[in-house]
Amino acid sequence: MTDTATVTPPQANAEQPAALAVDRLWKVFGPKADKIIGSPDADLPRHEMLKETGCVAAVKDISFEVAAGEVFVVMGLSGSGKSTLVRCLTRLIEPTAGTVTINGTDVVGASESTLRDLRRNHVAMVFQHFGLLPHRQVIDNVAYGLEIRGVGKAERRKRAAEIVDLVGLEGNEHSYPDQLSGGMQQRVGLARALAGDPALLLFDEPFSALDPLIRRDMQNEVIRLQEDLQKTMVFITHDLQEALKLGDRILIMRDGEVVQIGTPAEVVASPADDYVRDFVSDVPRSHVLTLRYVMRDPRPDDSSEGLVMSSDTIVRQAARAALASDHVVRVVDDGKLVGIVDDDAILRIVVAEESVRA
Amino acid sequence: MSSVATRSARTLDTGLVATLRSRWRLVSLLAVIVIWVLVWTFTRGDSTLAIQASDRTDIHGWFLRLTTSIEEANNVVTAALAALADAMDATLLFFQHLFTVPEFPRPLPQVGWLGALALASLATYAVAGWRPVLIVAASFLLFGMLGYYPDAMDLLIVTSVAVAVALLLGIPIGIWMGHSKVVSAIVTPILDVMQTMPSFVYLLPFSILFGIGPAVAALVTLVYAMPPAVRVTAYAIRAVSSTTIEATDSLGQSRWQRLRNVELPMAKRTIIVGVNQTTMAALSMATIAAYVDGPGLGQPVLEGLRRGQLGKAFVAGLAIVIMAIMLDRTTTAASIRAETAARSGRDRGRQRWVVLGVGAAVAAVAVYLSNGYSWANEFPAGLDIGTWIQLRVDDFSGWLRADFSSVTTSIQERFTLSFLNPVQDLIAGSPWFVAGAAICAIAWIAGGNRALGAAVICLTGLYFLDLWNNAMITLTAVLVATVVVMLLGIVVGVWMGRSKNVDRAVRPFLDAAQTLPPFVYLIPVLVLFGANRFTAMVAGVIYAAPVAIKLIADGVRGVSATTVEAAEAAGTSRLQMIWKVQLPMARGALLLAANQGLLYVLSMVVIGGMVGAGALGFDIVYGFRQSEFAGKGLAAGVSIVLIGIMLDRITTYSARRSSSAAPAGARAKNTTRKRFPLLSSSS
Repeated sequence: MTDTATVTPPQANAEQPAALAVDRLWKVFGPKADKIIGSPDADLPRHEMLKETGCVAAVKDISFEVAAGEVFVVMGLSGSGKSTLVRCLTRLIEPTAGTVTINGTDVVGASESTLRDLRRNHVAMVFQHFGLLPHRQVIDNVAYGLEIRGVGKAERRKRAAEIVDLVGLEGNEHSYPDQLSGGMQQRVGLARALAGDPALLLFDEPFSALDPLIRRDMQNEVIRLQEDLQKTMVFITHDLQEALKLGDRILIMRDGEVVQIGTPAEVVASPADDYVRDFVSDVPRSHVLTLRYVMRDPRPDDSSEGLVMSSDTIVRQAARAALASDHVVRVVDDGKLVGIVDDDAILRIVVAEESVRA
Repeated sequence: MSSVATRSARTLDTGLVATLRSRWRLVSLLAVIVIWVLVWTFTRGDSTLAIQASDRTDIHGWFLRLTTSIEEANNVVTAALAALADAMDATLLFFQHLFTVPEFPRPLPQVGWLGALALASLATYAVAGWRPVLIVAASFLLFGMLGYYPDAMDLLIVTSVAVAVALLLGIPIGIWMGHSKVVSAIVTPILDVMQTMPSFVYLLPFSILFGIGPAVAALVTLVYAMPPAVRVTAYAIRAVSSTTIEATDSLGQSRWQRLRNVELPMAKRTIIVGVNQTTMAALSMATIAAYVDGPGLGQPVLEGLRRGQLGKAFVAGLAIVIMAIMLDRTTTAASIRAETAARSGRDRGRQRWVVLGVGAAVAAVAVYLSNGYSWANEFPAGLDIGTWIQLRVDDFSGWLRADFSSVTTSIQERFTLSFLNPVQDLIAGSPWFVAGAAICAIAWIAGGNRALGAAVICLTGLYFLDLWNNAMITLTAVLVATVVVMLLGIVVGVWMGRSKNVDRAVRPFLDAAQTLPPFVYLIPVLVLFGANRFTAMVAGVIYAAPVAIKLIADGVRGVSATTVEAAEAAGTSRLQMIWKVQLPMARGALLLAANQGLLYVLSMVVIGGMVGAGALGFDIVYGFRQSEFAGKGLAAGVSIVLIGIMLDRITTYSARRSSSAAPAGARAKNTTRKRFPLLSSSS
């Protein structure tokens, strides 16, 4: 499953507008919250701001863009504001300032009916604690989004049944949520979100309440669905492994602020500060880093034979073939030689890890 | 292990500090009482503001003029009230013509006992399942056998109509309250006062506004029964999981869709608990509404009490008890079914519809029969057991008076002489300013500034209502009876709290006792002790004890098991455990029990006015009988409300105060506390 990381991060470009754009978003909790932004108080660290103003800035001046089909992970410890951030995207929590644009629609300024339309047709969310309706069977939980859109009963049940199969819940259509295990309940939550065929999926720590084995299953499930469905996803987690596994790009948050945005390899290879470095210190680098981060510039005396690989091949995948070959690996992007990887470079990553573990 | 030990040690330590602090308060309370007694010995009998039963003062005249001006007024408000009463009358008459009152030229009502029984069973099956049907059928038969079938039907009609309207109005208000903090902030204090007021107090103002008769009985019943519906609905709506609301909101539901698909279904079960409480409150008010000429089982009870026909009152009271059990079981079963019904598979659902269809057919036949044949309409006299019971009770009370009165009288006299009279001498025999100052001091020590404020306002009100001395006599009765309630509560409550078996054995009786209307308790006590103020107090104690016992038992049970274990490991003896650990840590529950005990006793002592309890209760009763004393009766009603609010505030604030010093477990219990005489009965 690690090959998701080899997918080239889709870059937002000028021709194709971003699926989701967040610009200078703020959420401040407390009295007269809107007065803080732009004042000197806004720059205070969290506990000082609380002492001075009685306010807490959960989301502090955050901007990012997510391209269509991209999996964008927001990672941070509890209290870092990531759950508030994701709720601001569809105004489950009203942002204090800034703009959110989904598929060209301005969310923050949207009227109630526009917002409702957006939630019904374009965005869906999966929650940590599932939030299922206990008095409804699985099939009717899944169909709920269609029901409130006004889809007829036969039609929505048919559609829901398809989604139930898609997420691997077949046979449980007529169970009630409390008859299912946590993992199964979250599959219902996932199915409910998918039923409306939204372009953008938001996940708020969806697997944190599940035990580790189930969590891995569900992560793989998301990867599988993503390969089939190609949705745009914003995925909130406090688990770095999960972030590296799922994310095309990762946003790391602390105290409401962005610490770093980058691909998994960028985050691991060049952490923005000690906070991130501390985070990624346990990560097996060979699983994340691509050849781009271990290659050196080509020299005239390099062998022109041997293997050719692209710069976003993950080190671990390249290692066996590279070490078996007598020649250095030539890293070629778009027919152009961009660098050379020799055995030393690979061993440095792989062996360093072994010695750390030993 | 060590962390557990230190944590419990710390808890023990806080318990100790709290105990010391309360000791300090205890000392100052004792000091106030000692000073009071000293001052009283020199000033007793001065300025007690006592007035004769036949005296009326300016303020009472003002109230009287107010009532006449309301009665004679002719404006939009009175027209609206009259229209309301007329509509209620018409509704009640419609049902009475169906079930209880023959409509000319028929000699019998449209639907007789057989038809009513079949309809009630069918309705019960539809909402509560088949088990309660047995209870309902048996209850209907018993009403007939006791000889009170028409009265029981009348009571059921008044109660049902009142409950229906109360729910129709109360549930929407509750939903609104659940959604809006502003509405909640406005409505909650109103509900607080409404639930602090003894049921008896509602009657006089309503009779002034609407006169007397079935309509006013139903109106006062619905007003009295509404607060639990509102409160429980608001609570249920607020308790709906916020994650589920958020998750379904994120799908873009409208507010109406949220209410209909998410909030109401998830709150349904709790709301039906509210229906149970509303029904029980309505029943208790509907029986007491016999005072305003409300139809139903309250009439024979009242008549029996007035004429000293205790056997008759007893049999009618028995019918009320059966009615209470029937309504309680049915609504409780309905709330349980609300949960399970949706789950039963399609087959069960189909089976249910078949049973309902067959049942409807049978009911139709039964209604037809009871419409046309007198045997199915009038309950057969041959099955009468009521007369037999009535004669036995009369014999028994005759025997008691003749041969046993020495025992009951000596109990009563010893209690009155050695306890009641001295306390009454002190409270009612002190000059008004001495008693007032002492009460204020006690309020301040127990509950701080806010309690002091409440006491000052309420006492000032009492002073200006010119019923100071009667108010103090009533207050004495309430305090003395509450002391007994608390003693009972601590003994039985601690016993229950410490032993699961005792709890299991006693609790069903307490639950049953709590569903009964207060009226019913007077009858057996009256048989034993005759008509005097002691009787009203004993009835008050019996009425209030179940609540207090349950609260204390829950408090003792709620003491952290770790703390008990740690104390046990330190070699605590059983008595030490009770006195040093369990009771101090259950202090919040004790204060809450005192609060509820006071309010329950107050409402009973007032009803006791009609059986010789005198004081404020008598003033109200007299206000009913003599129209020129209606003003004084109203003033007495307001005085009772003031006493209720004062006692409630003092105990509430002192509970709040002690909970801030108490350990976390007790505190958590306390914050969920409500002035909720009815909610506690369902837990």
